[in-house]
This record gives sequence, structure tokens and C-alpha cells, in this order.
Amino acid sequence: MLYIIEDSINGILMGSIYGLTAMGLTIIFGVLKVVNFAHGSMLMVGMYLAYWTVTLSGIHPYLAIVLVAPAMFFFGYYLQNIVIKPIFIAEKNVREPLTVIIVTTGIWYILDNMTLLIFGPQYRSLSDNPLSGQMLEIGQMFISVPKLYGCITALITALGIYWFFQKTDMGRAIRATSMDREAASLMGINQYKIYNVAFGIGAATAGIAAVTLVPFYNIFPTVGVLFDIKGFIIVVLGGLGSIGGALVGGIIIGLIESVGPQFMTATWTEAIVYGLFLVVLFVKPSGLFGQKHDW
Amino acid sequence: MPLLEVNNIDVSYGDVQVIFDLSLKVEKGEVVSIIGGNGAGKSTLLRTISGLMSTSTGSISFADQPIHNHTPEDIVTCGIIHVPEGRRLFPLMSVKDNLIVGAYNKRAKKDTLLTLKKVYELLPRLQERESQIAMTLSGGEQQMVAIGRGLMAQPHLLMLDEPSLGLAPILIKDIFETVRKIADQGTTVLMVEQDVKHSLSLSDRGYVLEHGRVVMEGKAVDLIDDPHVKEAYLGI
Repeated sequence: MLYIIEDSINGILMGSIYGLTAMGLTIIFGVLKVVNFAHGSMLMVGMYLAYWTVTLSGIHPYLAIVLVAPAMFFFGYYLQNIVIKPIFIAEKNVREPLTVIIVTTGIWYILDNMTLLIFGPQYRSLSDNPLSGQMLEIGQMFISVPKLYGCITALITALGIYWFFQKTDMGRAIRATSMDREAASLMGINQYKIYNVAFGIGAATAGIAAVTLVPFYNIFPTVGVLFDIKGFIIVVLGGLGSIGGALVGGIIIGLIESVGPQFMTATWTEAIVYGLFLVVLFVKPSGLFGQKHDW
Repeated sequence: MPLLEVNNIDVSYGDVQVIFDLSLKVEKGEVVSIIGGNGAGKSTLLRTISGLMSTSTGSISFADQPIHNHTPEDIVTCGIIHVPEGRRLFPLMSVKDNLIVGAYNKRAKKDTLLTLKKVYELLPRLQERESQIAMTLSGGEQQMVAIGRGLMAQPHLLMLDEPSLGLAPILIKDIFETVRKIADQGTTVLMVEQDVKHSLSLSDRGYVLEHGRVVMEGKAVDLIDDPHVKEAYLGI
């Protein structure tokens, strides 16, 4: 019984980090209506950025957020502005331009392979950071400290983004664009600028997620792929475009992955995840928290 | 010097031309109605003025500045606000947020709260409903929000595309009274309507569009009495 509680807690903690990795994906989809296949690669770029920041300066891994989040914001902002925007303009009259998805796939391959070229295929990790291997002992239960920090960061990030979308002029403009691009233009909102900002925010949350992962996760050029597939499942489970949904979707996956092995072979948990994914698609295609709203 | 001047424009959707050599003028302080049947090109004309569609020939100028090459955002900044057909509110946002988004442009943003107060004075119903989600409002209320959202942008010229569309007769009266009030407060209004009787009776001038061409123009009072308008649009 105790094991199950312990695993549940660790599953929730890890799951909220999964949710954080998927949050940017859901924001970008919500506004641009485009599935960003390069999201895992942006996470990977963030992880390398965090890794080198911490390794070279020796600061506490979480302090890297101060550098990584803004750097990733600008990375995302200009990636959309320079690479993706021209395609949006060329496909102006298409509601959900497929070519943009293909371009994000291209960005994924380019980022992964450039990283491979520059840093090589080896696994890196921040082995002697103040959080590594730390455990919080509650009675006979052990809770992973870096994951606890990650969970808290995920909650703060989700609340911060929620506040930004609800209470600021830019946030309202982003929501307006996500609901009706044309009506938003008629209100004087430049949709391409909004896309830049939304992509920037998506990349920045990937950067924050990267910082939370770096203290306990290996860093290698294709690390993003693992989170990409999980991210898609999480986002569809929680409802495309819903920030809270991403968090809940992540926690569900985290719970299945950590509690599942108590009852079955660990590899079977994957099957449960995908089975649940299919059931949600059949029963509630808009996801658990998705709005039944025509994008 | 007219506030808005449309000179000999042609507009097409791909290969299909919908507006032919159309010219139109709106003077400052006027209320001008554009009437015509379905497919006459009324909405296309407004969409072209607000920059959502582009002209193939001809020019559009506003306060002596050519605007036909501007983006929709720049046109909003110039002071032309288009309240689109079918209201097009942001469905999952509250009434208040919808209104605040209306004041997004640089010119209007700094006075957001002041303009919001004025809009609430003009449309008190919106203040009662300010925290309600736009999607859940009735059609008449949604139209009020759409007009209020347009006013939030501090328009010099307010373009309304079929404000009475799909509303009950009693609400139509409300909407037109509101339009009249807006005009009396000094905003120039260019309105597209199928409800010819109501719209002409509150307008100064009118244009009749058929098959993308202006077939008649003149004072609203004269148009109401015109035999062609009577027969084709008023059913008398």
C-alpha cells in the first residue's frame, strides 16, 4: 500500500513535469492552429542551454531559468517570425495550413542534427548538482526532490501563463486571435505578431521545462523525441489549447507510468497510455478540458 | 472633402469579380446606408474598405490618405472600424474582455477605461452582463457587444455590416436607435442593411447596389420614395 502511495506521489510529480513540457505545445496549437513537431527539439535546445549555463557558471540549476526562459522566448519568437511566418503569409487563405506542419518537422530534424554535429551523440548529465539524487523522506516513503521542485515550477508556470492570458492586453489579444483571426484583425491586432509572441511563450515554457529536467535527466540530441510523443498524447488527453488540461493530462500519464509497474510488467504501461488515448479520442475527441468550439 | 472616398474599385474573389467600377463617398458626420439584395457585393465592399480584401483597380482614401494598400490593422489605427456580419464575437471571452480587446489599437488603448465607461452608458445592458461569456448571450445582446466593441476602438468611421441580421423586430428597433445615438454623438456611420425601411429612415444618404454596381444613389428620403426601391426592396 505504501509503495502505491509513494509511486502515486512520484508519478504526480513527474507527470506535472510532463505537463510542463507539453504546455508550450498546447499554447502554440491553440493560437496558430498548427501542431509544432519541433517542440521536443525546442525542449532539447533548452536542456543544452541549461546544461551549459549550469556547467560553465556553476550556479544552482534552477537559477538557469533566468537565462534560459528569455533566451528561448526570443528563439521561438524569431523562429516563427523568420521561418514559419512566410509560409503563413503564402497560405493566407488556408485555415489549417499543412505546409507549416511540414516546416516544423524540418526544424525538428535540423535542430536535432545540428546538436548532434556540435555536441556529439554522448549522454550528458549534471552529475554533481545540489539536487541530484536528493530524496525527501516522509515516514518510509521517499520523494524525489528535483521532481518536487519541477512540480512546483510547473504549477507556478501554469498559473503565470493563465494570469497573463486573462489579465494583460497582450494575453487578451492572443486569446482573441486564437478564437477568430479575422475578427481580431478587425480589432487592430496583427495576427503574425501574435503568432510570434505565442510561439515565443511556447518556447519559453519548453525552456522552463528543460531547466526542471536537467538536474535529473540525461541530455542528448534526440532527447526531445521522447517528450514529443508524450506531449502529443498529453495535449490531446487534456484538450488542445487548454493549459490546465496539459497539466492534468501530464499527471495522468505520470501516474500510469509510475503506479502501473506495481501491477504489471513496466512495458505494459505504455499500452495502457495509448489505450486510454484511443478511448479519449473515441468518447471525447475534444479532450478532457477541451472546449467544444470550432477553431 | 469627403471623409471616405472610394474611387472606381474592382474587387474579385479569385476569378469571380464581385464589384465593378464602384465609387462612393461618405462625408464627415453622415449616416450612409448601402442597400441591396443578397450577393450584391455589400459585405465585400466593407471587407475591401477594412483591408480584409484587396482591390484589383481603383483607390480608397480616408481623410485624404490612400488606404487601399494598408493592412487591416493599419486601417483600424486610421480610425475605420468594421463591425463584421454575424457579429464575430470572441465566443469564449467575457463581455468585458471582448470590449477591452476592441480598444487594442494604439490610438484607443490609453483611454480604454474611459471609453468603456462611455460604452456602458450607451449600452447599459452590457454592464449588467460584463462577466458573462459572450457565447451565452442572446443574439440581440451579442450584436450590442459587437457594436460596443467597435466603439471601443474610437472610430472616426464606424462600418456596420447587417446589424439587424437574425434579430427579432423589437430588437431591430433597439439596434437602429443605438446606431442613431452613435451618429448623433458625432461618429460617421456607413451601414450595410437588408432592412431597407429602417436603415434608410435613419440615414442621411443611401446607395443601392445591384450585381456589384451602384445603380442608384441619393438622399435617404428620396430613395424611400423611389418607385424602383419601393418595388424591389420594400415590397410595396
